[in-house]
Amino acid sequence: MNTFTVSKLQSVSELIQLRSRLLNEEEQAGLARKERILICMGGGCLASGARKLKDEFHKQLHHAHLHNSVEVKGIGCPGPCSHGPVVIIDSDKTLYQNVSPGDISEIIEQHIQNRQIVERLIFRDNTDGKSASSIADIEFFKRQTKIVLHNCGTVDPLSINDYISHNGYAALSKVLCGMTPETVIREIEKSGLRGRGGAGFPTSLKWSLASKSSSSQKYIICNADEGDPGAYMNRSELEGDPHSIIEGMAIGAFAIGANEGFVYVRAEYLLAVERLQNAINQTKEYGLLGDNILGSGFSFNLEIRMGSGAFVCGEETALIASIEGKRGEPRPRPPFPVQRGLWGKPTVINNVETFVNVPVILLNGGDRFASYGTQKSKGTKVFALAGSVRHSGLVEVPIGTTLRELIYNIGGGTVNDRPFKAALIGGSSGGCIPKEHLDVPLDYESLNELGAIMGSGGLIIIDETSCMVDVARFFFEFVTEESCGKCTPCRVGTKRILEILLRICDGEGKPGDIEKLIHLGEEIKRTSLCGLGQSAPNFVLSAIRYFRNEFEAHITRHCEAGVCFREKKFNDLEIQHSASTKD
Amino acid sequence: MAAEDNKNQQALATDEEILTYVDHLIAECREKPGIVIPLLQITQKKYGYLPEPALRKISHELHIPYSEVAGIVGFYAYFSIQAKGKNVVRVCQGTACHVLGGNEVFAAVKKELKIDVGETTPDGQFSLAVGRCFGACGMAPVIMVNGEMIQQVKPSQIKRILRKYKK
Repeated sequence: MNTFTVSKLQSVSELIQLRSRLLNEEEQAGLARKERILICMGGGCLASGARKLKDEFHKQLHHAHLHNSVEVKGIGCPGPCSHGPVVIIDSDKTLYQNVSPGDISEIIEQHIQNRQIVERLIFRDNTDGKSASSIADIEFFKRQTKIVLHNCGTVDPLSINDYISHNGYAALSKVLCGMTPETVIREIEKSGLRGRGGAGFPTSLKWSLASKSSSSQKYIICNADEGDPGAYMNRSELEGDPHSIIEGMAIGAFAIGANEGFVYVRAEYLLAVERLQNAINQTKEYGLLGDNILGSGFSFNLEIRMGSGAFVCGEETALIASIEGKRGEPRPRPPFPVQRGLWGKPTVINNVETFVNVPVILLNGGDRFASYGTQKSKGTKVFALAGSVRHSGLVEVPIGTTLRELIYNIGGGTVNDRPFKAALIGGSSGGCIPKEHLDVPLDYESLNELGAIMGSGGLIIIDETSCMVDVARFFFEFVTEESCGKCTPCRVGTKRILEILLRICDGEGKPGDIEKLIHLGEEIKRTSLCGLGQSAPNFVLSAIRYFRNEFEAHITRHCEAGVCFREKKFNDLEIQHSASTKD
Repeated sequence: MAAEDNKNQQALATDEEILTYVDHLIAECREKPGIVIPLLQITQKKYGYLPEPALRKISHELHIPYSEVAGIVGFYAYFSIQAKGKNVVRVCQGTACHVLGGNEVFAAVKKELKIDVGETTPDGQFSLAVGRCFGACGMAPVIMVNGEMIQQVKPSQIKRILRKYKK
């Protein structure tokens, strides 16, 4: 996009100069430009052909001699993943969904040249049967508040220049020129930011503990080992706005006095790693990472470490062991990582989303951030809405927004309007929320009262075609497989629970099984070593709390949803499958 | 493991080639703490699995007991000490995929390849693995073939999808 190269920035004023140069250039380009086409380059849209779509747009615009007046720009995920690939026409913010290369000529001729909306490709809200073309009118977007995702959908994740011209690294330069670690931490404290990995520990408290340590070597780690099946907020944040994570981490490092950091990303997230590495390389080239950043005397180096397929490594002490090159087994706390972490040094570990919030807080002030959310939980939360919901994708709402708002007004209701059964929140460590609690505000405390947790933001909606006992079995297969085996309650206990669940699902449940599940679950929670074990039984306990009747019915060999007693079901399916593939 | 005229190209490397490669890798980063896991990752990426000579070399050069290296390899699901097929099919078993028919897709893949998880087809074409969530829940159910994501898969499409990869 930009025509000039940049040498290492030596001072804050050079960064400011660069920004104004970029904005100037952008303004010039804007005057010459007739239109801009934004194409989502998130993992979901890419897998459904966004890259080909972008190339094809280029080709056809060239063909129509519009390539000088119409820009094609890749952006981070704007949210509605199930409708990808999505294309946004920038001037009127029209969103087109499920766009295929065959639709391009129509979009160019009808919309770009004749300013008429291509009706058949616009987003359908489904909440009231009406459809809206502009993002400003679509309920899915209108009802969201984007702080964490404010750059996703506008900034090109591959371009540091684009990030800088959208006020990128302004928070870091503000911190480096004139703030002290104490004032940074005070601002975070004012914002009320709590860790977004699930537990909700106050970020300022964690930072200030590490900051007070006199150790000469400290580390800061970004936990991007997003392992909960059904959650992909961090993936989108890494893919869509990698520079915000780097900036947040650099500020955190400054506040605690660390000069080395790691981002621990799970192995499945290849695109996220590629984007983040690209962003780190650019940042180093610009002198925004490395030694003596912007001439301030502060140095910070950042490295990516990839996971190797172990869910338990999302637990902070296991994650540290993994970076140290060991088996990812947790150890007892205390000492907490802020006291003794990576290679025995004080270490702060925060979630991706926590770091993304940091530059925004520093730039706009902690008070402004604290004006969103509830009394005890400030700001917004990103949820990955999936399962039986019309618009699955990434949504961000102020903490305390009700579940009903999220599912029905933003998500557009369940698929085919089937009756809602439950929302599974927080993955295997979380719980379920049945329909009588649809109006629960999504904040840490209210969810705990219902026996669920906020978790990292995975939110799976299930309708009456899903069976709760089957879902509980599914989650338990997962935690049993992922138990690292270090402590007995988790290693053996989860296996015993799974055996009982499998028995119930096979129609061989016995009276007393439910009580046994509860007893075992409580014991595992009480006696396990780490967070994985302590939260492993959460889902099954929550399912029994709200859907005990289903468990009881299964013991008398009845599955309301028709999912269980699987052998028979699979045989039926195989017959159907072979019939359908014969042609 | 001598060089065999195997269709599977990943198995073509000789012990000597493997050792040279690993040597070269280690030379760049020997001093870095915690480097053993990234080394294993790069080696596995290169060969599709972790050949024993490579593990022995890494253990020797980094002064980490072989039992410890083997312990690391055994702990993480991503590492494999067996050569994989040309194409690795991973079926997502995440929650969103599960509630939207992931099991039926899984059954169809198993039926098509006639192998179970962790196995490789006799012609060396396909290996089957499961994944716990690829983070593409908005487009569930999904499968991944050689790192390429295929979304909103129906059991009836499996035959056609897999045929594309068979060479």
